[in-house]
Amino acid sequence: MPSRDTGRIILGLVVFLALVSFPIWYTASQGRSGERPELVYPEDETRCVESAAYMKSWHMDLLNEWRDTVVREGERTYVSDLGHCDFDMSLQNTCMKCHLNKDTFCDRCHNYVGVEPKCWECHVEPGGASHGQG
Amino acid sequence: MDKGRRDFLKISGTSLLGLGLGGTAAATGLHRAEPDPDAGPRWAMVVDTRKCREKHGCTACIDACHEIHNVPDIPDENHEIKWIWKEDYPNAFPTQVHAHTEESVFEQSVLVMCNHCERPPCVRVCPTQATFKGDDGIVVMDMHRCIGCRYCVAACPYGSRSFNWRDPRPYIDDVNGDYPTRTKGVVEKCNFCKELLAKGKLPACVEACAAAGNEGVLMFGDLNDPDSVVSEALRTANTIRRKPALGTAPHIFYIV
Amino acid sequence: MLEKALSGGRRYWTWVGFLVLVIGAGFLAYMRQLDDGLQITGLSRDVPWGLYISQFTFMVGVAASAVMVVLPYYLHSFKPFGKMVIMGECLAVSAVIMCMLFIFVDMGQPTRVINVIRFPTLNSLMFWDMLSLMGYLFLNVVISLVVFGAERKSVAPPKWIKPVIILSIPWAVSIHTVTAFLYSGLEARSFWMTAILVPRFLASAFASGPSLLIILSLLVRKFTRFDPGADAIRKLSVIVTYALLVNIFFVAVELFTGIYSDIPEHLHHFQYLFLGLEGKAALAPWMWVSLTLSLLSAILLLQPRVRNNHGVLPFICASVIVAVWIEKGLGLVVAGFIPNTLGRITEYFPTVPEVLVTLGVYGIGFLILTGLYKITITVREQDKTL
Repeated sequence: MPSRDTGRIILGLVVFLALVSFPIWYTASQGRSGERPELVYPEDETRCVESAAYMKSWHMDLLNEWRDTVVREGERTYVSDLGHCDFDMSLQNTCMKCHLNKDTFCDRCHNYVGVEPKCWECHVEPGGASHGQG
Repeated sequence: MDKGRRDFLKISGTSLLGLGLGGTAAATGLHRAEPDPDAGPRWAMVVDTRKCREKHGCTACIDACHEIHNVPDIPDENHEIKWIWKEDYPNAFPTQVHAHTEESVFEQSVLVMCNHCERPPCVRVCPTQATFKGDDGIVVMDMHRCIGCRYCVAACPYGSRSFNWRDPRPYIDDVNGDYPTRTKGVVEKCNFCKELLAKGKLPACVEACAAAGNEGVLMFGDLNDPDSVVSEALRTANTIRRKPALGTAPHIFYIV
Repeated sequence: MLEKALSGGRRYWTWVGFLVLVIGAGFLAYMRQLDDGLQITGLSRDVPWGLYISQFTFMVGVAASAVMVVLPYYLHSFKPFGKMVIMGECLAVSAVIMCMLFIFVDMGQPTRVINVIRFPTLNSLMFWDMLSLMGYLFLNVVISLVVFGAERKSVAPPKWIKPVIILSIPWAVSIHTVTAFLYSGLEARSFWMTAILVPRFLASAFASGPSLLIILSLLVRKFTRFDPGADAIRKLSVIVTYALLVNIFFVAVELFTGIYSDIPEHLHHFQYLFLGLEGKAALAPWMWVSLTLSLLSAILLLQPRVRNNHGVLPFICASVIVAVWIEKGLGLVVAGFIPNTLGRITEYFPTVPEVLVTLGVYGIGFLILTGLYKITITVREQDKTL
């Protein structure tokens, strides 16, 4: 049964839908639909600690595991599932020795999904520490 | 009560008393500890203050430690961070100095740092085990877990711990890219160079002291190894520790 | 029932508006602290705990003091406290929330506070403090809701609430005991490492908490149609008197041990507090004021004529609160760090942002208390008119 509020309700719903779908139509209007982050991979190294697919999904958990194993258990050697090498469990001294540029590698995906890992508040990025914390 | 029962109670009572006293004697540390080579390493340091005080103005150990670990240099004394520093002898050893102590001893500065106590009060109070004692005797800081409550700072009898009141990065001149910095809101202290020990090297302060041409001033080694330089030093010289009455059993020994 | 907090006269909304402003200022100051770190406070490497933790310590006492009303009423059927009990319990809820907030704003890494629950550490008093505070909050919320809810429906509360209420009595004592243990177990701080710290905490809590409750009751009597009862207020003032006398006695006993034993390590903290040490005496005027107020209040409260004069009583209670607040906050927490473990003196002065954050937390606590009182009083006023 239409009431005098029907107009207001419909207007409210339209505004709500527009706001909620803002990320989708705004990105489309900028011509950036379907855009993916472009990562710059290290030139010389072709082997990472684990496979790229694994790292994409699990690198955060891997780093957390490394963190606790090194600091709390004193164990520093990581045996890769790929069986090619043992690695020193260190973000700064293993990962960042190959991924030499945080801006063109780490930040690309992190900025895309809008996460700010706190690792860099303490761990020094290659090229020196940034002064002040973001 | 019949005589048999009364006697039983008397005997068991006195035996319990004896056991209790005997037990207490063992717990008060009135006995010497011997190295246990079968157990893992227990790291300790011996500082020969007699030699150290001859080196006026030498800060090789402090510079090395603070540089390698990205310890910030904060001008405001209230917010300073220090892992190792020179403390006036009467302040470092208030119970082992008096109004008539020999002048060269009284006036000296001694090197102080985290004592990596056998029974650390900081570990006892930490609500998250962010500070904990490893099997090798090192009292470790887990910077990832620390909530910055500063209970450990209140509990440390030696003032060895520093809290990051502000972001330390602007105050680090030359960042060592091999070691992380800390962030505001966590506590830090000397870590006995755990990361260097893992590679079979000596702590930075000990290395720097030797590199500055000093011999036998800072000695570091395994208490459980009877042939280590610290075991040797402890056998041949009289050593003291800071605030012994508190029962913390520090692992930094001083030859005075 | 909760909607009763959303309706009120001009005075009510002016008060609420004022509290919201205070909370807003505190919130902004805290945002700055999150950005810049705890350097914006007056804390230092030598004095790591100051205003925030001292307020936590004081408010734990106020929270625990609800037991002074609960115990006589529920355990000994002391009828005059009948209408007062809910006020004590609401005060306890508000005080415990303030305690937890004061701890939270003191943390260097507040987003990691959950680690205390993720990694339970049975040897740490802070872990037990967190447990006991949360438990006490839960108990008081449940008890208030159930008992008051039943009263509102004019039925007797369910039988199972009685053991819960009885549990809250030793639990109240435990929250303040655990807080005192936080200090008294530290061998590094000779000023705190005394067994009498626990009884001192309890005595000062039972002097200051009921004093606050008296002031609140008199305010409620003046500004609303609800009367918690002159008999109840009279009895509370007797409790305050005894607790204050015991507290003064405990402080005197502590002074004796320090002064007579003449051990420098024990003496130096008292010396700093009352006389100053090495030319530094920032806390001395505060301590003498606190001592004077304590003694004056005790002498006045000992006289029934003065105690029962409800024109003078709120001011005496206020002076008790101020005296205990100084003694517990500044004279205990801060003095434990001066001199420091190396015998050096670094004095402590809170900064403006630090005070703003503190006031903000108080604002939140008093807003919660206002809301809770508004609900309970409105219900009781409406019941009377029915």
